[in-house]
Amino acid sequence: MNARKSNPVKTILLYTALLAFAVLFIYPFLIQISTSFKTDPDAANNPLSLVPNPFTTQTWQRIFGQGGDTSVPITTWLQNSVIITLVVTAARVFLDSLAGYALSRLQFRGRKAVFAGLLAVMSVPGVALLIPKFLMVNYLGIYDTYTAMILPLVVDAAGVFIMKQFFDSVPISIEEAARLDGASIFRTFWSVVLPMAKPALITLTILSFQGSWNEFSHFLVVTRGTPEHQTLVTGLASLTSGQLGAGTQYPLKLGTALLTTIPVALIFFALQRYFIRGANEGGIKG
Amino acid sequence: MARIDDERPLEEVVISRGARHAGSTSDQVGRPTGRPGGRGSRTPRSRGGIRGREGTAGWVFVAPMIIILGLFLVIPIGMALWVSFTNWQGNTNPFAVGQGTDVVGLKNYTDLFAKDGLTRDNFMQSIGNTFYYVLLVVPLQTILALGLALLVNNTMLKGRSFFRTAFYFPSVTSSIAIATVFLFLFSNTGAVNALLGFFGIDGPQWFSDSRGLLHLAFNAVGVDNPGWAQGQILGRSLWDWLSGPSVAMFVIIFLVVWTTSGTFMLMFIAALQDLPVEIDEAAALDGTTGWQKLRHVTLPMIKPALFLVITLGLIGTWQVFDQIYVMGKGAPAGTTLSPAFLSYQQSFGNFRYGSGAAMAFVVFLIIVVLTRVQRYVLTDKDERKPIFGLGGRK
Repeated sequence: MNARKSNPVKTILLYTALLAFAVLFIYPFLIQISTSFKTDPDAANNPLSLVPNPFTTQTWQRIFGQGGDTSVPITTWLQNSVIITLVVTAARVFLDSLAGYALSRLQFRGRKAVFAGLLAVMSVPGVALLIPKFLMVNYLGIYDTYTAMILPLVVDAAGVFIMKQFFDSVPISIEEAARLDGASIFRTFWSVVLPMAKPALITLTILSFQGSWNEFSHFLVVTRGTPEHQTLVTGLASLTSGQLGAGTQYPLKLGTALLTTIPVALIFFALQRYFIRGANEGGIKG
Repeated sequence: MARIDDERPLEEVVISRGARHAGSTSDQVGRPTGRPGGRGSRTPRSRGGIRGREGTAGWVFVAPMIIILGLFLVIPIGMALWVSFTNWQGNTNPFAVGQGTDVVGLKNYTDLFAKDGLTRDNFMQSIGNTFYYVLLVVPLQTILALGLALLVNNTMLKGRSFFRTAFYFPSVTSSIAIATVFLFLFSNTGAVNALLGFFGIDGPQWFSDSRGLLHLAFNAVGVDNPGWAQGQILGRSLWDWLSGPSVAMFVIIFLVVWTTSGTFMLMFIAALQDLPVEIDEAAALDGTTGWQKLRHVTLPMIKPALFLVITLGLIGTWQVFDQIYVMGKGAPAGTTLSPAFLSYQQSFGNFRYGSGAAMAFVVFLIIVVLTRVQRYVLTDKDERKPIFGLGGRK
């Protein structure tokens, strides 16, 4: 067990362990991809096989609404997911950085109290919020609307916290020059501060995109669960938990799950390093 | 060490980016702002003027945050607290007492603990289930995450970023999508049973198997619902409390460990990379074994990360909801019920919002207490603060 660096046995053991884990982590996704091209009987009979036999694109045609079957309106879900995610992400990035900037830089009375409130809010576990959100949405008369789905998500405490931490770490001198030059506070923020904050903004964009695309319980409690207000995730949940009936349909379920995974996966592979940074900062969020 | 830049601490990135942008931004600043009325004059404003402007701007900037978080988080928690003291059923205004809604005091809370009945049976079963779930998930995901981090962090390793990506990817995907995949993998004719079949093992019907793992272990040594385990604790027999997680719950445990370890692995990697190289070398010169080094050098130095991972684990696991919703809604025989799901079901399924809200607040309290206790236990003796003092969060 001596910690020699070039022990061939140890090296082989290391790679074997890593490869075994890699297979364990990757294989389920490969099965998912191949199953989406299988027929229902093939999926049930050859669950381990990565080669569809016969190969069929039936599932994907069904997912994209061809064949006249409207019992599982996946295109509607997809459309909702895209709209909601784009609106929430854009609003969240803007409003979180606005608040984060004020909490970091602007001297105003009550700032410390606001920040303390933010920290308190961040420590509230999500499970304690399901019924409260429903109560307020119901009270405001916006139950089962896009407003109820989007508005509560446009600011998130963890995002504000990340932006505040970021601005705390940037030297103030550049903005001060702009401010002394007479630019208004908002203008300084918009055209001097934000361009400098690009790395943090990308991280925040990713976290917001991923968070709102994958959001589940919020949509569950503020809508009735009818297709016009379902997203891919809530739709998939009702498909998977059997509310849309009609047998196991594993290729359809796994195909829809794959469609749900693809956008986040693409962003993940393109912007991995920002993801990794986000994971470490978003730690507070859990 | 070119690949390491992925894990550069944020500050470093910020400073380098900041420096790069400094040139271009100061150019912009040099240009006239084109504002009328001489506001662009270069005379420094009085301190009070700027502060005054900042005071207004500050509040304007944080106003959206305060409105949204206040409206959809702070005030609603108060509303839910109110509802937890009523028998509101969802069809009237919960704040109009007497018109279909009555204040019942602490009844919703006492029913969970002291009143014999279905509500307490379900709630206590959900607490028991989740207790075993937390007991397994938190240590397993922490150990797996640390193990993967130590493997991936090996500087001699080729393909580090590939392995890191592979282990991290499951955590960025939707919990619902992953649960769907696992429902297929563990279905009766699924991949897991097919794999077990290769080894001649007849796999169980994972999602309809309500037998507890501890019960199975007891049965294996010939103990089955013995006399000493008949005593009732909070409405359940000791034997029921000792069931362990059911086979179905075990699948969810496996799924969650598999999904979340990647995130925690990254936190450990970040901590490991902050360790000074000299310590490694010194330990190697002293001839310590790998295990000794881990136990006496590495672990104590990454204690903050360990602390964070366990805390986040405790907070997250007690709230398990999504996976339960998709993977059987408490079935089989209530052995995958979690208090979070039960609270949802009680409210939105049985329209007993007061009772559901009370459950949610009890879970909230459990999480607060557990994280405080855990912090107390993991803090060095001389730095300890009282468990329930103020100013908990840094």
